[in-house]
Amino acid sequence: MQSDNLEYILDHYKNPRNFGTIEDADFSYEEGIPSCGDVIRLDLKIRNNKLDDIKFSGTGCAISQASVSILTENVTGKEVEEIVSYTDKDMLEALGGQVSPIRFKCALLGLTVLKKALTGKSSNQ
Amino acid sequence: MEKLIQRAGSIDPNLLKKDFPVFERKVHGKPLIYLDNAATTQKPQSVIDCIDNYYRNHNSNIHRGVHTLSYESTVMYEDAHKKVADFIGADKWNEIIFTRNATESLNLLAYGWGLHRLEEGDEVLITIMEHHSNIVPWQMLRDLKGIKINVLGVDDRGDLKLDELPDLLTERTKLVSIIHASNVLGTVNPVKEITRQAKEVGALVLIDAAQSIPHLPIDVSEIGCDFLVASGHKMLGPTGIGFIYGRESLLEDMEPFMYGGDMIEKVTFEKSTWNELPWKFEAGTPNIAGGIGLGAAVDYLDGIGLQNILDHEEDLLSYALEKMSAYDWIKIYGHKSTTESVGVISFNVEGVHPHDVAGMLDEEGIAVRSGHHCAQPLMSELSMDYTARISFYLYNNKEEIDLCVETLKKVKKIFG
Ligand SMILES: Cc1ncc(COP(=O)(O)O)c(C=O)c1O
Repeated sequence: MQSDNLEYILDHYKNPRNFGTIEDADFSYEEGIPSCGDVIRLDLKIRNNKLDDIKFSGTGCAISQASVSILTENVTGKEVEEIVSYTDKDMLEALGGQVSPIRFKCALLGLTVLKKALTGKSSNQ
Repeated sequence: MEKLIQRAGSIDPNLLKKDFPVFERKVHGKPLIYLDNAATTQKPQSVIDCIDNYYRNHNSNIHRGVHTLSYESTVMYEDAHKKVADFIGADKWNEIIFTRNATESLNLLAYGWGLHRLEEGDEVLITIMEHHSNIVPWQMLRDLKGIKINVLGVDDRGDLKLDELPDLLTERTKLVSIIHASNVLGTVNPVKEITRQAKEVGALVLIDAAQSIPHLPIDVSEIGCDFLVASGHKMLGPTGIGFIYGRESLLEDMEPFMYGGDMIEKVTFEKSTWNELPWKFEAGTPNIAGGIGLGAAVDYLDGIGLQNILDHEEDLLSYALEKMSAYDWIKIYGHKSTTESVGVISFNVEGVHPHDVAGMLDEEGIAVRSGHHCAQPLMSELSMDYTARISFYLYNNKEEIDLCVETLKKVKKIFG
């Protein structure tokens, strides 16, 4: 974490957006990083092939929690196909500054969970 | 050698730092402060030179040929076994088997001894403090052979519950396999007393010395253990080399772990017989450079003196504990009893994930570990989950601890 985006990341870490769960979610998925204990769960609601609502829960370091918070803001209302094509690079850029490669795993956990949730969703239908 | 002997007495970490080239580099523009010694240690120039010299001047395969280079490397490699034997007070150098690391050592014993000598219903006693490498191989035998694993617990201070030991030692206990110093709490366990009690029921004793041998004087004949394992990389040596000490008669009686070249005496298609110790257990071309490098590491440690290292670390440890306990938002695990400790402190900054602690420290050039430290049963027993961990060695000094604590204050302010 560098000073250029520290404020931004801390803001999302301390005031996470879309934190919580969705009771009647269309799909939920949870995954963690065993070596550091970070866990993220996502609950999704899809309407007309668009992401209507998304909530995350879990625990972890500032980078993983802030990244998923930022991610939920960026994908709400988007078409499923568009979200699936969201790349790791897009995610890292969304953090508004440099993240050390050591922490890429933390920063990308939320996106991994989201994609697995969405692919699980389409294969379920 | 002369230079090293002069230093014996007390340790000047700032002088010793000059022996370790890595401290010439900067991390994020700051001098490197290396506090992750329980994971692996830095290498002195003498170890690096030794490996360099081996490859430049002596490189060849051992035990295979009469040419000069092969003879030289054979002698160098055997000498490294002798150095390790002397270092831990083994009677004979052929009681030292080189492996890749402590993990491979433990597996070699599980396969070479356990697989052939344990029967269904036999018991192996370990402790809840074990590193995963001293848990999982015995689980393999439990599933394969139907042995039982008994576990000696810890109290809430992080000390082994020795009063429960007699009940856990039964006539079916064939092996007591215990961690000497905890890589999470730093606790040094009373292995001599545990060995004494284990012997009363006729069990063999295996000591995981991965975290103790780099930090305190060890004598296997004084402990009375049958096996002892360690990793070279945690004691200034190269990666990819570790060892087993085993009582000669037991090693003679054991089956090989790996089969192939170098470990045989004679091979026909009907039958093969095994080479003498320690080669019976070192199948294939071994890590010759690594073994010789480990010998150089042992020379370096001998020159400093393990008692001096222990004294220095105790000094650093009590300094760090005092500094850190001044802040109620730093939670320190263990270190509540008066038992001996090596220089390991696991801790958390209240409200901050250990990853973020380690990440912030890294920005200041300070290397610490964060995670579960490959000891999940202990971590969950003590409700530790994930922690940050600092661990000292001979080249650390008090200014580094000061800087670390100053940075922790910053961490608390930013994240807490
Ligand atoms: C107590 C203990 N035993 C065994 C090991 C395993 O060592 P290695 O990974 O070198 O095999 C470690 C390493 O952290 C350890 O701390």
